[in-house]
Amino acid sequence: MIGPHLCPLIPVAYLFGALLVPLVGWRRGTAGWWTALATAAFAFGLAVSGLAWVMERGAVSYHLGGWMPPIGIEFVMDPLSAFLEVVISGIGLLAVVYARRSVEHELPERLMPFSSLALLVLTGLTGMVITGDLFNLYVFLEISALAGYALIAVGERPAAYAAFRYLGMGTVGASFYLLGLAFLYMTHGTLNMADMSRLLAAGDLSATVAVGLLLIFMGAALKMALFPMHGWLPDAYTHASSAATALIAPIGTKVAGYILLRVLLYLLGAGEKGSGLPLLSLLAYLGAAAVIYGSILAVCQSELKRMLAYSSVAQVGYIAIGVGLNSALGFTGAVLHILNHACMKACLFFVSGGLRLRLGHSRIPRFSNRLRRAMPWTSAAFALAALSMIGLPPTAGFFSKWYLALAAIEQSRWIFVVVLLLSSLLNAVYFFRVLERMYLDRPGAEPGAGDAAAAVKGESPPAMLLPAVALASGLLVIGLGNAWIVERLIGPMIPGGM
Amino acid sequence: MELIRGHYIYFFLAGLFLIGLYGMLFKGNLMKKIIGMSIMQSSVILFYITSAYKDGGTVPVLDPQRGVENPDLYLNPLPHCLMLTAIVVAVVTLGVSFAMVIDIYRNYETIEEPVLLERLKDEA
Repeated sequence: MIGPHLCPLIPVAYLFGALLVPLVGWRRGTAGWWTALATAAFAFGLAVSGLAWVMERGAVSYHLGGWMPPIGIEFVMDPLSAFLEVVISGIGLLAVVYARRSVEHELPERLMPFSSLALLVLTGLTGMVITGDLFNLYVFLEISALAGYALIAVGERPAAYAAFRYLGMGTVGASFYLLGLAFLYMTHGTLNMADMSRLLAAGDLSATVAVGLLLIFMGAALKMALFPMHGWLPDAYTHASSAATALIAPIGTKVAGYILLRVLLYLLGAGEKGSGLPLLSLLAYLGAAAVIYGSILAVCQSELKRMLAYSSVAQVGYIAIGVGLNSALGFTGAVLHILNHACMKACLFFVSGGLRLRLGHSRIPRFSNRLRRAMPWTSAAFALAALSMIGLPPTAGFFSKWYLALAAIEQSRWIFVVVLLLSSLLNAVYFFRVLERMYLDRPGAEPGAGDAAAAVKGESPPAMLLPAVALASGLLVIGLGNAWIVERLIGPMIPGGM
Repeated sequence: MELIRGHYIYFFLAGLFLIGLYGMLFKGNLMKKIIGMSIMQSSVILFYITSAYKDGGTVPVLDPQRGVENPDLYLNPLPHCLMLTAIVVAVVTLGVSFAMVIDIYRNYETIEEPVLLERLKDEA
């Protein structure tokens, strides 16, 4: 009967790992890293077996300390949680594999603290996804956020200031969430999600609850970096070390998106109740604005990591659109996009870190086609992930956009269809700009560019290359197997009433 | 008058929250921003504590004279416990933000945001 015990085991494994790493790695950072790797692999195994369990026998819940919900804290692994656990721990595992060489290069002597903090971030993220208690969610939110601030603060010179701004915004977001939760708690006297959902469905929405939901919405949107609350994100992602960005960017904002999904679609109930407040439409329109704004700014960037950061602002918009459309198709698109974007963004940030290691920079105007010859696998992984970002079939990125577009067409909300098409074009613009420099010969290329490329020191080390290539080929697998994923994994998690 | 008597604590807390938010958004000094952040967090914590209050209630420890039949004689202990956690979170946030400000000062020798932005621009 391991099933129910898997729920707390995943975050607890990370937490113990995070404490064990400094003990083991006190003298030698590498030993700490091996501990972190073992922990991440163990937790990934737990998450996969949890998903298998949930697919076979349905949702499981675990009552901490034997206190029955709604009084006690409950951990719930339903199809959505189990799926996100696998995504988070999978990306976490690859990021830890990748971290060793990257951190040794960018942050010498900091491997042990990095590994420990990375595990703490994963503790928070997996905990947020699995908890069935709204206050517990806040605690995990802050665990992941505080460890994340520390990870981001250590990087280039401006990183501390970027992280300070992130900390300010993140704390405001968390306080909004907590304040909103206070309104809900004072009205209904419960913190358990299932119980709260039942109580919210029972009566009409009072003004107090509406204010509370609005505050929670604002808080989660701030954490998610939803336009126009994205101000902290580009600087934070650009100046942090490559390994930290590759860990936080693919999954950090998505999990904040998960809060919105959970609160708006499950807690509030899909359908009639949800449409009582204009929050879902607001979310969809903000998402659309984010997609366009993020894509346009990504086109303007000349630094690869910064471009990817703005593209993250845009990609979070897709998830917001999917949730905001409030239909089974939109939900499918949003959840599929969480998976796809986690894989794509992790792969792209892995590549940018590899370029920084071998090239010493990641400035797009200084790329040249020597890159392709010197680092063929890195370039190939980048190209595949870029095609997926643009949304070319049969890569994964196509299918999530396809479901989102279907959802928009189904409701005749043409503006979202236009936004999706336009953003694909913009994605093509900013990725082909890079691909062109990587792959095509430039007649009359300026000599400076050639000199810079001459400094390429060959392919990335295997430990950094492998995660990127694995994710890039994973994108094809996800793309080709998307029917299975949608039917078997996402189908059971669509909330009732859609 | 009734509005003020019944709800003055909420007005006070809303004011506190806004003062904190104002400090975070409009003060140029990073330390003042942190102070604003702390004020804002405290207002949320106090808001929860207020929700636990009952007229005539006492500490939620069994009092033989009051018995266990009427829960209205005791304050609600749950918000206090929750806020104990929130206070810990707030303290950790303070610690992390202080560490960052120290790092910023070591790198740029200022914690005034306008000056800092100038220096960042010069560097880039």
